[in-house]
Amino acid sequence: MKRWGLPVALLAALVGAWQLAASSGALADLLNVESFLVPSPAEIADALWQSRSLLAENAWVTLREILLGFALALVAGLGFALLLRLSETLRRAAYPLLVATQAVPILVIAPVLVVWFGYGIGPKLAIVALVCFFPIAVNTADGLRAVDPETIKMMRTLDASRRQLLWWVEAPTALPYALSGARVAVAFAPIAAVFGEWAGSDSGLGHLILQDNAQLETARVFAAALILAIIGVALFALLALAERRIVTWR
Amino acid sequence: MLIDFPDLFSQKHGVRQDTKVAAETQGFASEAATPADGPAPAAEVAVRGLAHSYGELRAIERLDLELPAHGVLGLVGPSGCGKSTLLELIAGLQEPSAGRVEVGGAAGTAHRLARCAFMPQRDLLLPWLAAIDNAALALRNRGASRRAAREQAGALFERFGLAGFERARPAELSGGMRQRVAFLRTLLSGKPVLALDEPFASLDAITRAEMQAWLAGALDADPRTVVLVSHDVEEALYLCDRVAVLSPRPGRVLEELSAPAPRAADRDAAVTDPAFVAAREQAMHALRGEEP
Repeated sequence: MKRWGLPVALLAALVGAWQLAASSGALADLLNVESFLVPSPAEIADALWQSRSLLAENAWVTLREILLGFALALVAGLGFALLLRLSETLRRAAYPLLVATQAVPILVIAPVLVVWFGYGIGPKLAIVALVCFFPIAVNTADGLRAVDPETIKMMRTLDASRRQLLWWVEAPTALPYALSGARVAVAFAPIAAVFGEWAGSDSGLGHLILQDNAQLETARVFAAALILAIIGVALFALLALAERRIVTWR
Repeated sequence: MLIDFPDLFSQKHGVRQDTKVAAETQGFASEAATPADGPAPAAEVAVRGLAHSYGELRAIERLDLELPAHGVLGLVGPSGCGKSTLLELIAGLQEPSAGRVEVGGAAGTAHRLARCAFMPQRDLLLPWLAAIDNAALALRNRGASRRAAREQAGALFERFGLAGFERARPAELSGGMRQRVAFLRTLLSGKPVLALDEPFASLDAITRAEMQAWLAGALDADPRTVVLVSHDVEEALYLCDRVAVLSPRPGRVLEELSAPAPRAADRDAAVTDPAFVAAREQAMHALRGEEP
């Protein structure tokens, strides 16, 4: 309770200030736009309620893209990290590139993916999976290498096979690394899904945001953004909880 | 196929055959008591003309040792004299640059690995496994089911003063208990030779004395061939039949002493006995590089 008291108070103060600034028209004056373009928190809450079924429908589309894309990235990222551990040659060749890709703005190729995969769920999954893949792969690869060399020696004298070493020592060592990579990945996934939808789609929260913005439905744009934020935070919290449940030895 | 297994399991050291060094073996024939029953067996551990370098750094030079089955040999020496390297060479974790290390009459690394259990300085218990599963690792590695492995390890928990802590994680155990679990893990590998690398170095003085007495009892109940590395002359003289004093790097044997009363039941009395004190003085002299 104590831990959350201050952040909640700060959030309430910010929302309150926003409410005052927006409803009094001060914010619109400052931005020099019509006041209906600057929704107050109350108006956003109203939009959230009024358009709940439309928002839920589109949120489900986006959530599905996030979850499936993340799952793809998880399988591919863990698998690739394992390959890097098993092949020193491959690791030396691919690891520097893998780290470098973290600096590449993958999101900007979303339009190309739409050209390749069409308007369906394909390009959205591809972009979410691409964005999520790298933090998972890099972190897991680092984790698999974080094993104490003395422990490897000890396991050798205890007659461990390569597979047993992986199972008893390397995989548990890498697990917290993999989970923290997954947390980073899942925080980026909603943005990736929105970019995928912006590049071309007929549903989803990203699609809705584009449409509403064009039609000056500003309150609903904020409502959709709020749902995206909630999805991101919820997935992040879920993974943090999973980590506390699974990694009980830290 | 992409997968080429990294050489985690076979360290590649440039194997230089230095026959000249190997030929210059300083006879350090063991005079240690062989078991009374039957004819004297061949040495369980035999090190001849051993030399080992890491690149330019010469860790061990012209080293000879012999240890009969069920003998307990201590290795003491200054820091960095190659004690741990020697232990890893015996255990089959490394290949010597020159010379020969035989365990049970054969020299190949695979053979040595199969006959030696290695207990490292730190307990290296796996924090994600319960104490009993840590102890039973070697059994699981050899294909025993979890139940069978736990049963076999559990039978020894009481004898090791660990009853009731089978399911505890290593973090919940005291230093002495962790060390006992690590030793149990080494014993349960079922190998005839135990290579112990300063097993009690990380413990406080009182716990260390207790653990020494405990290990003495454990070895008398379940005799094994033991090579014990220690920086503690008293510990080595109490636990071992013989103690080899090694020189600073590159390590070689300066002097080999017989312990007056190995693993005596009353540890405190044993280590204050005049013969013990004299042996300790002799070892300290050798360590300091003085004439006896």
